[in-house]
Amino acid sequence: MTIETKILPASRAASVQKVTSAGGIEAWLVEDYAVPLVAFEFAFKGGCSQDSAQKAGAASMLSALLDEGAGPHDADAFHRAMDDKAVEISFSAGRDSFNGRMKTLTRHLDAAAGLLRLAVCEPRLDDDAIERVRSQMVASLKREAKDPDALAGKAWREAAFGAHPYALPSRGDLDTIPAITRADLLAMRMRLMARDNLKISVVGAIDAAKLAVLLDEVFGALPAHGDLAVIPEVTMASEGERKIVDLDVPQSTIRFGLPGLGRKDPDFWAGVVVNHILGGGVFSARLFREVREKRGLAYSVHSQLMTYDHAALFSGGTSTKNERAGESLTVIEEEIRKLAEDGPTEEELDKARKYLIGSYALRFDTSTKIAGNLVHLQVEGYPVEFLDERNGHIAAVTLEDTQRVAKRLFLGKKLLVAAAGRPSGM
Amino acid sequence: MPQTPSASQTPSLKAGSAPGQSHADGPVISDFRLDNGMEVVVIPDHRAPVVTHMVWYRNGSADDPLGKSGIAHFLEHLMFKGTTNHRQGEFSEMVAELGGQENAFTSNDYTAYFQRVAKEHLAVMMGFEADRMTNLVLTDEVVAPERDVVLEERRMRTDSDPSSQLNEAVQAALFTHHPYGKPIIGWMHEIEDLGREDALAYYGRFYTPENAILIVAGDVTEGEVRALAQETYGKIPARGERPVRRRPREPESRAERLVKLSDEKVEQPSHQRVYLTPSYGTAKPGEAEALELLAHLLGGGQTSLLYSSLVVDQKIAVMAGAYYMGTALDDTRFWAYAVPAPDVSLEDLDAAVLQVIAKVADEGVDEEDLVRAKTRMIADAVYAQDSQASLARWYGAALSTGTTVEDVRQWPARVDAVTAEDIRQACRQWLEPRRAVTGFLLPLAPAQAA
Repeated sequence: MTIETKILPASRAASVQKVTSAGGIEAWLVEDYAVPLVAFEFAFKGGCSQDSAQKAGAASMLSALLDEGAGPHDADAFHRAMDDKAVEISFSAGRDSFNGRMKTLTRHLDAAAGLLRLAVCEPRLDDDAIERVRSQMVASLKREAKDPDALAGKAWREAAFGAHPYALPSRGDLDTIPAITRADLLAMRMRLMARDNLKISVVGAIDAAKLAVLLDEVFGALPAHGDLAVIPEVTMASEGERKIVDLDVPQSTIRFGLPGLGRKDPDFWAGVVVNHILGGGVFSARLFREVREKRGLAYSVHSQLMTYDHAALFSGGTSTKNERAGESLTVIEEEIRKLAEDGPTEEELDKARKYLIGSYALRFDTSTKIAGNLVHLQVEGYPVEFLDERNGHIAAVTLEDTQRVAKRLFLGKKLLVAAAGRPSGM
Repeated sequence: MPQTPSASQTPSLKAGSAPGQSHADGPVISDFRLDNGMEVVVIPDHRAPVVTHMVWYRNGSADDPLGKSGIAHFLEHLMFKGTTNHRQGEFSEMVAELGGQENAFTSNDYTAYFQRVAKEHLAVMMGFEADRMTNLVLTDEVVAPERDVVLEERRMRTDSDPSSQLNEAVQAALFTHHPYGKPIIGWMHEIEDLGREDALAYYGRFYTPENAILIVAGDVTEGEVRALAQETYGKIPARGERPVRRRPREPESRAERLVKLSDEKVEQPSHQRVYLTPSYGTAKPGEAEALELLAHLLGGGQTSLLYSSLVVDQKIAVMAGAYYMGTALDDTRFWAYAVPAPDVSLEDLDAAVLQVIAKVADEGVDEEDLVRAKTRMIADAVYAQDSQASLARWYGAALSTGTTVEDVRQWPARVDAVTAEDIRQACRQWLEPRRAVTGFLLPLAPAQAA
């Protein structure tokens, strides 16, 4: 076989093949033979938001256990089998999706698929593995118990979402993790890991015919239907509450936020541009310039628009020494107010659009990134054509759009703020 | 194809392997010098029309003058503050406008600046990067707030985190004389006193073409890069000899050290043990590769010796691992670490770690384990080919710490050649108690709590 270099087609979507197996399982495939590896990424809709309050962390715990023994192999044997061929398999639980990945050298593809099949379809959930993972999760929670980032994040999330599942800690807490049973984990697995819930992307040295066979082999034995709890839509609290968590550290870690814009909101793309101008661009953002560069108040200051399946947020953060923490927050609030009242300048809009459009290509330069992004698109409900349409959405944003949306997001609004430390002036 | 028992499961690494197997060797790397002494490395990857453009300077925190810890890192921040040709922010604005991403980082032995952009913008990046190699402008008005930024960075990374504070103390105890014992970001009180003159003096000494390495990875050819580099970096006059880095050598370790940090914010105790060992920069042939395999075998994952014994069998730890920081110009660190199970003392945990290490020093390692470790490590070299940015970093770090492009290319073969006896010897010779600092992270003792 000769080395094939991949010439990117003018259409990124055209490089994606939709492969459907005999059993009806679909995957988005990008064939690429330049590097002798194959990367699988997949996700089941429904993640940590499927946890109950009493058993918060169950989805995360399950994700940690799927490679701790499967089929005939106990945990040790399974890991040896992976390491013998340098196969990587891992799982993780996000808010709204339960994710898995597999990476292998081309020559070990069949063995890797076999191991993946076992982890997905026949995890053992042995008692000793459960106890080992439980103790690891507990140790990790203890390590974070007095960490300013973790404390500020938790206080903010709880104030934002109240009794909604999005308020729960995704890796559980010291009350819930000890309470999770094997039955809980099996039940979570049955609810989440089903074929009607599943999105897959594969990138690398594999063709469509081979992939179709592997899809049935790996995922075919999963139940056809999952059983997800309906998660209500929620708008985060925005009464301008300030929550301080006292911690004896020299620097206060601050989280702030407001309700955002959903993925299907017609103003969403203008919102992306507005956020970039405010705090999304690293060196170019208003917050970076005013908080860090001009005043030396922080090393890190940033904001982002986040879209969960059932909530949309504008959120951000910074860390400033206690004596000046209040000053940092004041500067941030002032910049948000200015942006709301006057909107961005034409120059800022132009630069933001150029960056957002030009940098999109940087998401697609490694096999694992491509696979991850393609699964992300599927999980969020975008068609493959989005790969070519996305930049057009950014290009279409006008100055008027950004002025309107900056007002919509920020005018007269009060940030929800949480801080861990001993901030002055807050 | 027949394999000897201790050879890995990846394809032949010998020259003249069949065409279908040349993938395992990766892209064809070019390595040459400009007339002014600047080294250039080109790593082709034509899968996406993107390039990773990096300039590495052969200096890091270990080259900070005495009393001026943190200056290498501070200068890295200040390199974004403008030149005689471009005002502050102009370079970053240009990168953003072109849809690029940029950053920089400082380590013990190197400082690097990079941008990732669509390939057609490479020339512009080179122009700006070449400009700030020699034309940096600094004023007190610009330096002062940036010093505050660095102080916030230090507070964020270290001063609000007992675990980081312990790490800092452990490194200072391991390197009693050599500057690896100083934090890269600098000691707080020394950062506070760093100024414009310090930065410019350091800049003048180390930021020269003969001390710099240009690495371009991505959708480029050697010819393209050579031409663009000549037009930009090539115009910088040679300064003369590259500055010689003479770090005070760490004296021979004679005493084991224990460093303890208790803090009311600690709810989960943890253990680490760090040994002073040779690096890829200082080791005899094969020795660093043996140490690297030893770290993997001892604690590179769930099939490793520390994990199997401490976590699975004895259940006295919830996590255990090992790590060898082989890429260093001078003698370096080898870690073995563990997180205790509830009610297990760190002293007992440390004893158990020592037992596992002693067993390897006496009896060596299984051939089967060795084959598995080699397979895993050599596969990492193939997996790295998937990311132009990873390859660029791998080469940049290697070249700034005294090794060559050929050394990197031949690394998988050298790993494959390590024997079980090599590993046993490396363990016996280097993982000796007197070469180690043990660190304990502890909650406040009951008597100490308020």
